[in-house]
Amino acid sequence: MTYEFLVASSIGVLVAGGIYLALRARTFQVVLGLTLISYAVNLFLFASGRLVLNRPPIWDKSVADYTDPLPQALVLTAIVITFGMTAFVVIVALRSFLETGSDHVDGDAVPTDGAEETGE
Amino acid sequence: MTFADHLPILPIAIPALAAPLTLLLMRRHPGWAVGVGFASCAAMLVCALTLLVQANGGVITAYALGDWPAPFGIVLVADRLAAIMLALTATLALIALLHAVITGIDRKGWHFHPLFQFQLMGLNGAFLTGDLFNLFVFFEVLLIASYGLMLHGQGAARLKAGVQYVVVNLVGSALFLIALGLLYALTGTLNMADMGLRVAEIAPEDQGLLRIAALLLASVFALKAAVVPLHLWLVRTYDAATPAVAGLFAIMTKVGVYALIRVVPQVFGEGAGAAAWAPAPFLWPAALVTAAVGFAGVFTARTLSEQAAYAIIGSTGTLLIAVAGWQEATLAAALFYLVHSTLAGAALFLVADVVSWRRAGAADNCASGPDFSGRQGVGLLFMAAAIATIGLPPLSGFIGKLLILSSATALPQWGWAWSWTWAVILGTTLIAVIGFARAGSAIFWKVSEGAATTPPTSRADYAAPVIALLLLAALAVGAGPATAYAGAAAAQVLDPAASVRAVLGGDAA
Repeated sequence: MTYEFLVASSIGVLVAGGIYLALRARTFQVVLGLTLISYAVNLFLFASGRLVLNRPPIWDKSVADYTDPLPQALVLTAIVITFGMTAFVVIVALRSFLETGSDHVDGDAVPTDGAEETGE
Repeated sequence: MTFADHLPILPIAIPALAAPLTLLLMRRHPGWAVGVGFASCAAMLVCALTLLVQANGGVITAYALGDWPAPFGIVLVADRLAAIMLALTATLALIALLHAVITGIDRKGWHFHPLFQFQLMGLNGAFLTGDLFNLFVFFEVLLIASYGLMLHGQGAARLKAGVQYVVVNLVGSALFLIALGLLYALTGTLNMADMGLRVAEIAPEDQGLLRIAALLLASVFALKAAVVPLHLWLVRTYDAATPAVAGLFAIMTKVGVYALIRVVPQVFGEGAGAAAWAPAPFLWPAALVTAAVGFAGVFTARTLSEQAAYAIIGSTGTLLIAVAGWQEATLAAALFYLVHSTLAGAALFLVADVVSWRRAGAADNCASGPDFSGRQGVGLLFMAAAIATIGLPPLSGFIGKLLILSSATALPQWGWAWSWTWAVILGTTLIAVIGFARAGSAIFWKVSEGAATTPPTSRADYAAPVIALLLLAALAVGAGPATAYAGAAAAQVLDPAASVRAVLGGDAA
């Protein structure tokens, strides 16, 4: 039971942090938030095949119980896609900052010297 | 296996091969790259039309990738609905590509043609796949390509809108994955046909989770379809995108609508317990508000391309009003209107581009500017595109809206609700008429003082929008066979047992 509790609560904390950061105004925080959300989603997908300890995913003569191999394949696909997309959003955010002089997600011009507190 | 047996994979394989080819050719032989792009789109159209004819007999073709049997491997399913969407995609792609090449915007960067082909590969794959996780993968393919296409041509406005577009869709993808994880945990399968069978056997204590999964999945599709309140990303994105690209994007919201039409009856149909038709009660009011917000935006928009973007939202709303009936008649009307509204939306974006091309400094702002060459011709073109989008006779939008209105009255379970449908559809039509008339008279009727802009050398850029409008006229003329086909497609979609038989074999159903 503790194992399930640990996985479930870590997914919950990651999602909560991710949503908070994704709602912030600046692109860097939003990217971090999206990364946290994607970690949580990957953990969640991994757990969707039920949590099984010390069991192989591949057929073996000497083993009777297995862990579900499909979620692991799905997670691999999801990791590759979200990793690529995170890299892409970083580049787009950077280009947007360099071209518009603003690192706000809504693209409004704001002073970017850090003189004032942001995200209020 | 003969060559014809491999037909369902071709709409995915052709652009997958054409994309790297155009990438290699673009730098040294750009002319060849353009040729490969056109050849690929034409080949896709031929495949789609063949599938359209093949599916007409009511046959559902299941194509097992790698010949792995159905619930374990990934299957492609080519039925009437998929064939309609494929044919529409290929037609729209040819029109958008033609406009891009004629206006020369495909030369503004090296990667327009490869991205365009990958976009088509994602679209075709999403329309063909019978596997829910594979649907996610093809959604990602088409989204990744669309990010690149949307940013094509660069510029501050595009990058600003691009950041929002990418972030919104990344969140959407995360939700999609959560819904998939829930569904896999509950049913142990990702094959749509198989999942439709397994949801009936879910234990009572898990019914709540199934309902959550159904609603999450529906919200993701609603995000793609830009249903209010998830529509805010669309206008800025489409307005900022290159017009030829925005024309192609007219089908992107329809991917969301398609996914709803495909997944809800198949997986969350009658047998799904607590999740049976779970998204339906939310869809109808949301669709009404979407239509109202979209056409109100047409009224308030400041530029023609912004107006076209709002028209896309409005027509998607109108489309979803019909889909939300989940009856054969309403779904048939929806499919007819889907084909129409995609082409009409694309035509409007292309006309907006033709206008801004000629007006130079005044661009496509809805305000009077100096006289410009081809004012009458472009004005007529705009009027035709506006008539198509609004849904006035003689173009096919009129027939589409008529079908939706008449099918809404026949719904037994809606009772008095059809009057809301009538009020919203007719009301938004009126608002759209006024909005387009105002924009048209400001741009084409009034001429402010000032030197006329220099005339462009040719009228070649009329070609793409004219082709789109001619196709709409053809759709109006051929409305009889088209509605019959749409009706048969709707019946096929609402009969999940048929696709279960085709995908899993005769004994499973």
